[in-house]
Amino acid sequence: MDSMSIVAMASIITAGICMGIGAIGPGFGMGRAVQGALNSIAQQPDERNSLTRTLFVGLAMIESIAIYCFVISMILVFANPFWTYVMKKAGG
Amino acid sequence: MEIVAIDQISPDQVILFAWGFVRINATLVYTWLIMGLLVIGSIAITGNLSTERTLSRWQNLLEVIVGTIRSEIREIAHEGTDTYFPFIATLFLFILFSNLFTFIPGYVAPTSSLTTTAAMAIMVFIAVPMYGIAKNGILEYLKEYFRPTFIFFPFHVMGEFSRTLALAVRLFGNLMSHEKVIAILLAVTPLFFPVVMQALGLLIGIIQAYIFAILAMVYIASATQTHEEAGHKPKKDTEAVKIQ
Repeated sequence: MDSMSIVAMASIITAGICMGIGAIGPGFGMGRAVQGALNSIAQQPDERNSLTRTLFVGLAMIESIAIYCFVISMILVFANPFWTYVMKKAGG
Repeated sequence: MEIVAIDQISPDQVILFAWGFVRINATLVYTWLIMGLLVIGSIAITGNLSTERTLSRWQNLLEVIVGTIRSEIREIAHEGTDTYFPFIATLFLFILFSNLFTFIPGYVAPTSSLTTTAAMAIMVFIAVPMYGIAKNGILEYLKEYFRPTFIFFPFHVMGEFSRTLALAVRLFGNLMSHEKVIAILLAVTPLFFPVVMQALGLLIGIIQAYIFAILAMVYIASATQTHEEAGHKPKKDTEAVKIQ
């Protein structure tokens, strides 16, 4: 197998694994956050505005971890520096 | 009509007009369009304000927007609402409008380019110490970095940079992923599912604009409140969301 196909294969497989494993943690985290917020709103409906705002900010924080993974896989698929290097080498 | 091809991850790569070394890309054009819309709209509405009992409907709309943003800021900062209002409201309105217009064919949100979001995150990065120093003086502001002990200094500095990076990449990632999902769905299952995802995208756009503005306000509030002050008053809002 030449280096070109190794780079292509490694990039695609790594992008998939990165997104797949990277989504597990934030998924659990967001689930727990929403669960806690819903419990609190059910107990204290008067505080719902403050709770919702805090929940959204917290969700954004958790979600950004998944977004990092997504950006990494997007870079691997669409703007891969190693792939451009290999292509340049192959081109001459 | 998609003007960003599926293998381009940023509207920066779409050159609409090139003259010599000047290259006008899609991000610039749409940023100018949004800016022009906001400026001209605001001037046109505030041109004939009335304090009578009958309002024009546009003045009513603007009053609702301004009032909501002010009350949100007041709940986080507790004081000095008017100091923070111009900065926070500008960020919010610009991001909101650039996200909302994504349902127009041929439009690309300028916020789906990392350059725009990085510029706005750097603005927040500069604004936080500026507001902090203006409120508490430079010594009191710098002292915050050494609380509770001097060991925490590198962590505070790291937090400043990592939250700026997170602010930029979060907005960019959300908008860019939305665009890519739409493009892929259009190729796989045209007609129905892209419409549903577009509707979801409007919701995501509003939430992201809200989150960006709220986070900027929380960062500024954490820099302007001194440590002693935070100990006395029950500041449940800012304490709960004071995450790096």
